[in-house]
Amino acid sequence: MPYSADLDIRITDSCLRDGSHAKQHQFTVEHVRSIVAALDDAGVPVIEVTHGDGLGGSSFNYGFSHTPEQELIKAAVATARRAKIAFLMLPGVGVKDDIREAADNGASICRIATHCTEADVSIQHFGLARELGLETVGFLMMSHSQPPEVLARQARIMADAGCQCVYVVDSAGALIMEQTSDRIAALVAELGSDAQVGFHGHENVGLGVANSILAVRAGAQQIDGSVRRFGAGAGNTPLEAFAAVTEKLGIRTGIDTLKIIDAAEDVVRPIMDGECLLDRMTLTMGYAGVYSSFLKHADRQAKKYGVSGAEILIEAGRRKLIGGQEDQLIEIAVALAAKK
Amino acid sequence: MTSGRTRASAAIVGSGNIGTDLMYKLLRSEVIEPRWMIGVDPESPGLKRARDNGLIASADGVDWLLAQDERPDIVFEATSAYVHRENAPRYKELGIQAVDLTPAAIGPAVVPAVNLGAHLDAPNVSLITCGGQATIPMVYAVSRVTEVAYAEIVASVASPSAGPGTRANIDEFTKTTARGIETIGGARRGKAIIILNPAEPPMLMQDTIFCSIPVDADREAIATSIKEVAAEVASYVPGYRLRTEPQFDDPTAVSGGLARVAVFVEVEGAGDFLPPYSGNLDIMTAAATKVGEGFAQRIHS
Repeated sequence: MPYSADLDIRITDSCLRDGSHAKQHQFTVEHVRSIVAALDDAGVPVIEVTHGDGLGGSSFNYGFSHTPEQELIKAAVATARRAKIAFLMLPGVGVKDDIREAADNGASICRIATHCTEADVSIQHFGLARELGLETVGFLMMSHSQPPEVLARQARIMADAGCQCVYVVDSAGALIMEQTSDRIAALVAELGSDAQVGFHGHENVGLGVANSILAVRAGAQQIDGSVRRFGAGAGNTPLEAFAAVTEKLGIRTGIDTLKIIDAAEDVVRPIMDGECLLDRMTLTMGYAGVYSSFLKHADRQAKKYGVSGAEILIEAGRRKLIGGQEDQLIEIAVALAAKK
Repeated sequence: MTSGRTRASAAIVGSGNIGTDLMYKLLRSEVIEPRWMIGVDPESPGLKRARDNGLIASADGVDWLLAQDERPDIVFEATSAYVHRENAPRYKELGIQAVDLTPAAIGPAVVPAVNLGAHLDAPNVSLITCGGQATIPMVYAVSRVTEVAYAEIVASVASPSAGPGTRANIDEFTKTTARGIETIGGARRGKAIIILNPAEPPMLMQDTIFCSIPVDADREAIATSIKEVAAEVASYVPGYRLRTEPQFDDPTAVSGGLARVAVFVEVEGAGDFLPPYSGNLDIMTAAATKVGEGFAQRIHS
């Protein structure tokens, strides 16, 4: 079913949230203004702006923000002419007061993320978001780690709590082709007309665009990407490439392909510290099923303790760490250094 | 050896998993005699276990307990915040000291390794949260040596040991813990993060404590203080241990320009009733026992 009369799917750009990881949370108001202006002009309907780890993520554990995220949200709201501004929050990191503040600052879409087996921690937050009149999205993170039927049951918990679109979130960039569409199909079957289904991809095995197309074919109505892949790990589904592919496939997104290609090159790339690459570290993440945001943290600890970053990531996968456990990477690096 | 008569009598209100685990700990105490287990469901396995261990068990709730001729010196409440708010004034009126394992937070917050002595006369004390019991001692260990402008803790807990109460009230967990980091831990500003990890087999409770420190702080003194306080906690929570040496970092942009120390702690439960991975629950029942023993010693001194 199309998303609306004009759009087959609705796209959310996440480079000012997921890209916060790659930027080590050092976005400024100026960065936000120029990226939002360019994406808005290219017709991107939703732009997500928050610390990479969601509201309240500015911390020792995840990295302190250069500029408070609520200031960035305000700047995004003031800049956007057509696009809606979304924010992310993780129960256990942020709290309900953070949601209230973001709503007061003009953001209109509340995206609430939990690990994909722990959806019940989000119930009070979805309740509040709906009470405030916000549109709601739920993120089931690390979706590769659970089979479709488990994800569908967790999606049901979010939908019953007031979530209007549940995303299969491939936080480790580990889903491969049908593994994506099987999960989307299970959610679509479970939720029916109660909630939409979305997909958030990463490029850690190079399948962001392909997985996203399969997700659409399986019934997803909302898709995330980040211009120039600007996101954690090897980055997100490159939005400019996805716009080109959907246009050729006749899937309507409302995005002007040539404008978004220019925005990626002329506006977003200069703000990035470096390209988000599919290299040894990020491929290891996709291969070992490791949370993409661990990349920069593993890099830093590898340097500090003189150990292999890839080994840190493999050990993180072996210990089945989930999103939010960045602190554990330090302990892993200390242990690896002691073994040498 | 202390004789039975000089032990303080205690009732456990709430016959669920926590109350049952607490009962096994109190049965080993030399200064507390657990006499009553109070529930509301006659079929509760906790009541049967209590009877099997010689306690008087009743499914008729607190009304029944308080109507008895002989009343406990101390009550341990392991129900819910809502129920404890109802019960607390009644205990107080009858002069029964209450150790509150729920998040009700009526009385002063107590972390035995830090401030037990300050509240031995209080009619009611709160044990904050499991994350608070595990991490506040480490914040205190740093703040008693140097200035801590900001402290942040990350509590990782095995999913099966986080009950519906914690899950429905996760904001209350982080806010209550953050407050304890400030008021008891001694940090000017506190933040708490909780992660529920579903890994199988379940992971032990793991906590990381980050404290900002002045750039020129005496790192050796900080590390020594951390080890001393960790040993103090381990004296009443045997499975409490440091996973590594404290780790120090110089200021960077990502650290908000702050120098810091990071402390890595693990809590393995004693396995009295709850499985060993539930260190988060064990540290609550162990802290409750320690606080109750403080009350008992004062009652009989």
